[in-house]
Amino acid sequence: METDTAHPTTGPPDHHHSEITLRVNGKPHTLTVDHRSVLLDVLREDLDLTGAKKGCDHGQCGACTVLVDGRRANSCLLPAVALDGGDITTVEGLGGDGEELHPLQRAFLDRDAFQCGYCTPGQICSAIGALAEAAAGHPSHVTDPGAPAGPPVALDRAEIRERLSGNLCRCGAYPNIVEAVEDVIP
Amino acid sequence: MSDTDTALGAPAERREGREKVTGTARYAAEHTVPGRVHAWPVTAAIACGAVRAIDTTEALRSAGVITVLTHENAPRLADADDPTLAVLQNSRVPHRGWPIALVVAETLEAARAGAAAVRVEYEAQDHDVTLTDSHPGAYVPEEANGGYPGHRERGAPEGAFASAAVRVDAAYRVPPLHNHPMEPHAATAQWDGHRLVVHDSSQGATAVRATLAALFRLPEDQVTVVAEHVGGGFGSKGTARPHVVLAAMAARRTGRPVTVVLPRRFLPALVGHRAPTLHRVRLGADEQGSLTALLHEVTTHTSRIKEFVEQAAVPARVMYASPHSRTTHRVVPLDVPSPSWMRAPGEAPGMFALESAMDELAVALGTDPVELRIANEPDTEPDSGKPFSSRHLVECLREGARRFGWAHRDPHPGPHSSGPLLVGSGVAAAVYPVLIQPSTATARALPNGNFTVRVNATDIGTGARTVLAQVAADALGVPLDRVRTEIGNSDLPSASLAGGSSGTASWGWAVHEACTRLRAGLAEHTGQLPEPGLTASADTAGTADADSDYARHAFGAHFAEVAVDTVTGEVRVRRLLGVYAAGHILNSRTARSQFIGGMTMGLGMALTEGSTMDAAFGDFTESDLAAYHVPVHADVPAVEAHWIDEDDPHLNPMGSKGIGEIGIVGTAAAIGNAVHHATGVRYRELPLTPDRVLTGLPSFMAR
Amino acid sequence: MKPFGYVRAGSVEEAADAYASHPGARYLGGGTNLVDLMKLGVEQPATLVDVSRLPLDSVEELPAGALRIGATVRNSDLAAHPLVRDRYPVLSQALLAGASGQLRNIATTGGNLLQRTRCPYFQDTSKPCNKREPGSGCGARDGVHRDHAVLGHSPHCIATHPSDMAVALAALDAQVELYGADGERSVPAAEFHRLPGDHPECDTEIRPGEIITGVVLPATAAGLPSRYRKARDRASYAFALASVAAVLRVDDGVVQHVGVAFGALAHRPWRARRAEEALLGAAPTAAAFERAVDLELAAAQPLSDNAYKVGLARDLALDVLTRLAPPTTST
Repeated sequence: METDTAHPTTGPPDHHHSEITLRVNGKPHTLTVDHRSVLLDVLREDLDLTGAKKGCDHGQCGACTVLVDGRRANSCLLPAVALDGGDITTVEGLGGDGEELHPLQRAFLDRDAFQCGYCTPGQICSAIGALAEAAAGHPSHVTDPGAPAGPPVALDRAEIRERLSGNLCRCGAYPNIVEAVEDVIP
Repeated sequence: MSDTDTALGAPAERREGREKVTGTARYAAEHTVPGRVHAWPVTAAIACGAVRAIDTTEALRSAGVITVLTHENAPRLADADDPTLAVLQNSRVPHRGWPIALVVAETLEAARAGAAAVRVEYEAQDHDVTLTDSHPGAYVPEEANGGYPGHRERGAPEGAFASAAVRVDAAYRVPPLHNHPMEPHAATAQWDGHRLVVHDSSQGATAVRATLAALFRLPEDQVTVVAEHVGGGFGSKGTARPHVVLAAMAARRTGRPVTVVLPRRFLPALVGHRAPTLHRVRLGADEQGSLTALLHEVTTHTSRIKEFVEQAAVPARVMYASPHSRTTHRVVPLDVPSPSWMRAPGEAPGMFALESAMDELAVALGTDPVELRIANEPDTEPDSGKPFSSRHLVECLREGARRFGWAHRDPHPGPHSSGPLLVGSGVAAAVYPVLIQPSTATARALPNGNFTVRVNATDIGTGARTVLAQVAADALGVPLDRVRTEIGNSDLPSASLAGGSSGTASWGWAVHEACTRLRAGLAEHTGQLPEPGLTASADTAGTADADSDYARHAFGAHFAEVAVDTVTGEVRVRRLLGVYAAGHILNSRTARSQFIGGMTMGLGMALTEGSTMDAAFGDFTESDLAAYHVPVHADVPAVEAHWIDEDDPHLNPMGSKGIGEIGIVGTAAAIGNAVHHATGVRYRELPLTPDRVLTGLPSFMAR
Repeated sequence: MKPFGYVRAGSVEEAADAYASHPGARYLGGGTNLVDLMKLGVEQPATLVDVSRLPLDSVEELPAGALRIGATVRNSDLAAHPLVRDRYPVLSQALLAGASGQLRNIATTGGNLLQRTRCPYFQDTSKPCNKREPGSGCGARDGVHRDHAVLGHSPHCIATHPSDMAVALAALDAQVELYGADGERSVPAAEFHRLPGDHPECDTEIRPGEIITGVVLPATAAGLPSRYRKARDRASYAFALASVAAVLRVDDGVVQHVGVAFGALAHRPWRARRAEEALLGAAPTAAAFERAVDLELAAAQPLSDNAYKVGLARDLALDVLTRLAPPTTST
């Protein structure tokens, strides 16, 4: 098990710090975190995983989206201390070993589904989460309210757009992102 | 790799794509050098006045805080010809949100807490932040942004308008708008003795280097600015912004590498915004629809410290033939943040007004709006009399109409009902000037048969790395995969910034020239190349920026279909289609993405984006991404971009025009015109949010 | 953000005890709003009592046909729950109309109810706000207030409550279950949030230290036609300009049960009692709906920038009621 010190200036756990363990991209990390630290900052500052981006720091843009225990979440709003024992997947952990890309990463390249790239890790993590939600039968705002609960929701373009609306893209790559997501729908 | 991938125009995949989709591309705040610390700005809470006292005692006592810079102790800066960068130099507060302190701390959390603990007393003065077209402070500037004359007049426009058979006299309003690139402005600065190295989120590292060298009184070769990956800019990172100056100051004071990331809420006040524009457009025409008078008068604001005039009346000098014309700007200095560039400054708001007015004229004449535009095509550029190097607006309109199915459109204005919805379609033209800046580049042939091209271009999402490799491969006559491009570092050959849709033309020209020379050098060379290879360089000063005898612009046509919900006033775009004539398209994949991206931002300008200057407090109310509504996925339906390839010998060696901005130009007007077609109501103030649209509908007013 | 302590509670009792023994404590649920406000300096807890892992994360059927939703059930799970979708579609729709997929994965039922206004003056500590700092004034009244209240506001506060979910709960006659020093109690969802009056700093009827343990949806509303509709500035991921939740049962040509609540019009979800009284026992005609809704909205006192909300709310309510009414009578 790797042990990291969250902040070089802070000592052992005290009233304002706690020791936690996070499993990040399959690797366990034991860290002493400032209670004020959100998951996004722990990933970026302490674990040097800068794939998750800080676009707004307030849950208003989705650039920080990662998977927490398999579900997509805005990492900028999650106090790290509250995630002790959690399993985190970031964009860096999506591919296989070595050079292998996740199919959605490949689809983003094929469809030119990004320009500046800053929202991209969040879009990809969010889409992976959204696909799982649809497979689990979760409805969205545009799902027919009369549809039966339970079976997977088929994702047409309106469904993809609605489900990814928590991820802003200022470059306007939306149509290409939707095509990329369509490419990996089973 | 096949030869077709080499050719200019091929859809080559982005070279940094893999890094971006795997999260390994590092942006300015993500260069985690050892010992790096964080800084958090404190900004002014008054709109006009001065800092009387600033108490940093509590901040300095809070855990992890290293130092607090204020105007009382910050390093003195030399003048850099940009008053927005003279931060922490004196006690004056020119607008709310102006930086008045910077807290440097070991961690982000400590820096934020330290900033909250700084106590400030102000000497507040009355402020005035309200723009009106009758404001007594308004004046006609000598120049508007881009160096265009503030005022131009031909013939006798007032008289011609008064005597015109058909007249449109309409006022339009475009609110302040914010660039909001997804990556907030960030810089990591590090001093090594008298050397300054900065990773900056910038559209042009060469210009930032010059600015930092001037501010800190250094020779330019002692400053390195790196902008390897930049998370968008849209003009707001065009020149140095305060964050990079603050980072360099803090690093100098502390001796530590310092990262400054502007909190999202600080951006509206600190990185420039699109100034609000109040438009009066008067169009006079004869019975056949030929324009006889065209008057476009714009009133806008600027700050007290910098004159920036959104050149919104300038496109009217280019678009349509009219014997009598007036295009003028008036600007009011107010206690507001300094406006600056936002994607297609001038053209974006100006063409909303002009193209809405053209639609009104078409309605007044009972003419098809596509045909009205075609009927008013000028033979030469109306304002200058210069011939156009190429102008295919008519072809764009015709091709767009064909693809969009315009012929099936009901020619009469709405309301056109479809259940609880009103549905309509609209058209607008687009224009953007050809801008080219001098740049330098080198090209090297390596003994192993590969090539390296070096130029300090910046890839803010445009695909600069990729298209420059294509330019190089094409000029060298070699496969694309033999060429490596190095960009995004001010130690590379100096180059212009990624702005004004000028990047590819400016950098590409230098790359093309260097590669052409290298190819000639290689032709003369026999046998194996010695280490380190053969190099050629180019500097396009004097050629790329030479005056042209031609009026050079890209043109386009936008078509939109909208649905207006009569219950809520919500407007949704159903289809958006653009056709462009922008010279040769050099990479069809990344070009399409840029066009679509511009159109998407135009959709936001039309429907969702708007900022409000709070008269009581002097700041923008919509300061974060929850309140300032950038369009989301659900707002953006089928968006199509097409182009007409132009063969224009008067541009640059690649024959290209800029494509980064034209997509936003005219999109808002096309959508607004579609809303008029759907509802029969002309809304002249953006954005077309439910509050405005619903309360303007006849069905609503009839109650 | 000042440094703070952190306590993870294993049970409701433990949470309440921890709150009581830590001055300046706040409960942490999903944190989507609390952490946001802490970053802004609006909330400055000395201790966070983490209640996100309390064993309150299930939706259970109660013997008499009601449904109890645990306080820590995530918004996305609640919206997707088969019983909720089947019996209380308005609640599922309201949840799905709010925030984003990833925020709904974090946000809890209890936290959603306790979220604070998004009034920009409340969020900006450099400006006056009676809700944030009693007695400092209301920045919004003379400032920009297009998004603010038209009903039930006071000279001290014109903020609106931002929740979509709470609007549906109000229309459904849900009960909010609380646990505190005085034991358990429950409050009708429609009365859980307050009007600002002289104390805009108090958003709800919750007492210091009390914790939301769950929400009960009554059997009386189960399976009735219900619907939520929201108008907003963009197609998704935006707070409401106005919204309406309605539940309607028509038997024998007359309204037997009706619940209507408006969102984004007031400091709390606005239960349209007057409209409901007018409709109960009446034939569900377009004229009756118009009369009832107009009666309700007659109390509106719009400010200079937000008069549109009255007409918008009227449109939304008439649209939703008309769609809920049986086709034969809805003309």
